[in-house]
Amino acid sequence: MSTEEPTIQRRASRKSVAFTEEKLVVDADGSVTMIATPNDDTKDTAMSHTPRTPPLSAALGAFTDASQAPADGADGAAPAADSNPDGLDLSLLKKKKKKVKKEDGEGAEGAAAAGGDEAIDLSMKKKKKKKVPKEEDEFAKKLEALNLEGAEGAEAPADEGVQEGDMDKGTGIWAHDESRTINYDPLLSRFFALLAQKNPDHASTGTRSYKIPPPQCLREGNKKTIFANLPEICKRMKRADEHVTAYLFAELGTSGSVDGSRRLVIKGRFQQKQIENVLRTYIIEYVTCKTCRSPNTELSKGENRLYFITCNSCGSRRSVQAIKTGFSAQVGKRRKMKV
Amino acid sequence: MSGATEIQNLKSRDPFAEADEDSGQTTQTQEYIHIRIQQRNGRKTLTTVQGIPAKFDHKKILKVIKKEFACNGTIISDTESKGMGEVIQLQGDHRLKIKDFLVNEETGLSLDEKTIKIHGF
Repeated sequence: MSTEEPTIQRRASRKSVAFTEEKLVVDADGSVTMIATPNDDTKDTAMSHTPRTPPLSAALGAFTDASQAPADGADGAAPAADSNPDGLDLSLLKKKKKKVKKEDGEGAEGAAAAGGDEAIDLSMKKKKKKKVPKEEDEFAKKLEALNLEGAEGAEAPADEGVQEGDMDKGTGIWAHDESRTINYDPLLSRFFALLAQKNPDHASTGTRSYKIPPPQCLREGNKKTIFANLPEICKRMKRADEHVTAYLFAELGTSGSVDGSRRLVIKGRFQQKQIENVLRTYIIEYVTCKTCRSPNTELSKGENRLYFITCNSCGSRRSVQAIKTGFSAQVGKRRKMKV
Repeated sequence: MSGATEIQNLKSRDPFAEADEDSGQTTQTQEYIHIRIQQRNGRKTLTTVQGIPAKFDHKKILKVIKKEFACNGTIISDTESKGMGEVIQLQGDHRLKIKDFLVNEETGLSLDEKTIKIHGF
């Protein structure tokens, strides 16, 4: 027990805990597979069309799928996004795009470079080549045109590789008097780049992580844990204290009470990290909106005794499972249980 | 005759029949296997597994698990009082191990990972 005490105290000094289950997805993508990941996501949505309200585990599976995306995204990137022109897919794409935008500073150029969904090394090569003649744009254009002619003589698909240029400066394919047809992917990336440029507030809502104060755990005696800042956390999550308490007790398999200053007294020894994990699952299940991942939701008791989560930012409404205690084994002395 | 076959074809493509099948699947996935943990005195814990499908022999599962995880355990049949079904109760924290066991295709039950819910801290 003596080894546990110092760790608890060290943790208590931390200021805030970031609940970043949405950020994880982005981190897992990296900036390498910008096109590939939305493709995978569209596949997920296509699969989840049949069950209207997927169970939590299915949703979690989708999360993991998204994080696995880079692995199979490298080879599965062949079909471009134009095969899925319906609204849901687009919105997904948009989110991904915006997040990526924020990550790499030179947004427009990066997006343009990754526009063609060929192998990554190709775009990298093109980028390097372009860097050199940046000063004399017209000359560069001519040179590129010459290159294009030479390449077309050799092989046909070289056309796609030449879809390069800085859309801010209006060079390459983005030049005003350019007559070549621009491929779908660069156009799409330009659209999202412009969208992010013109509406910076859109992008900021997408990536902001949800933070709640870390739970403060004190030990009362030997067998009880005091969860001190439960009201604060509940206020932050906009949930009733009782609901969170019931979930905590059900998950931890214990019981407890609320003391005079509205602190929660839990039977059993629990560390801050353990409570934090349970709160995390609570937030995933009962706070975040499954559609837009926004934590700005309300829990209300709808008709026929079901609980519903209504999202305030996207307006979606879904039912959530009631908190079930499930089986709990008899712990302690039998004599106590009978009375 | 040809008219009758057409009608049969129509029936086979009945959208509502498919929908019924789908809903049946979803209700199946709703029946989760719950793996819970409970604290005992000191740093001792209990792991309970609730909702293993009835097609498996719980006794045999327990026997294998006890040997594999080197722990003791019991089956608690709670059917009449709370409707929990048979619950496998193990001594110690075996949540991850038992999940691996339930999912494993060769040495385990090869259940779907999505039907398993791990509770607790």
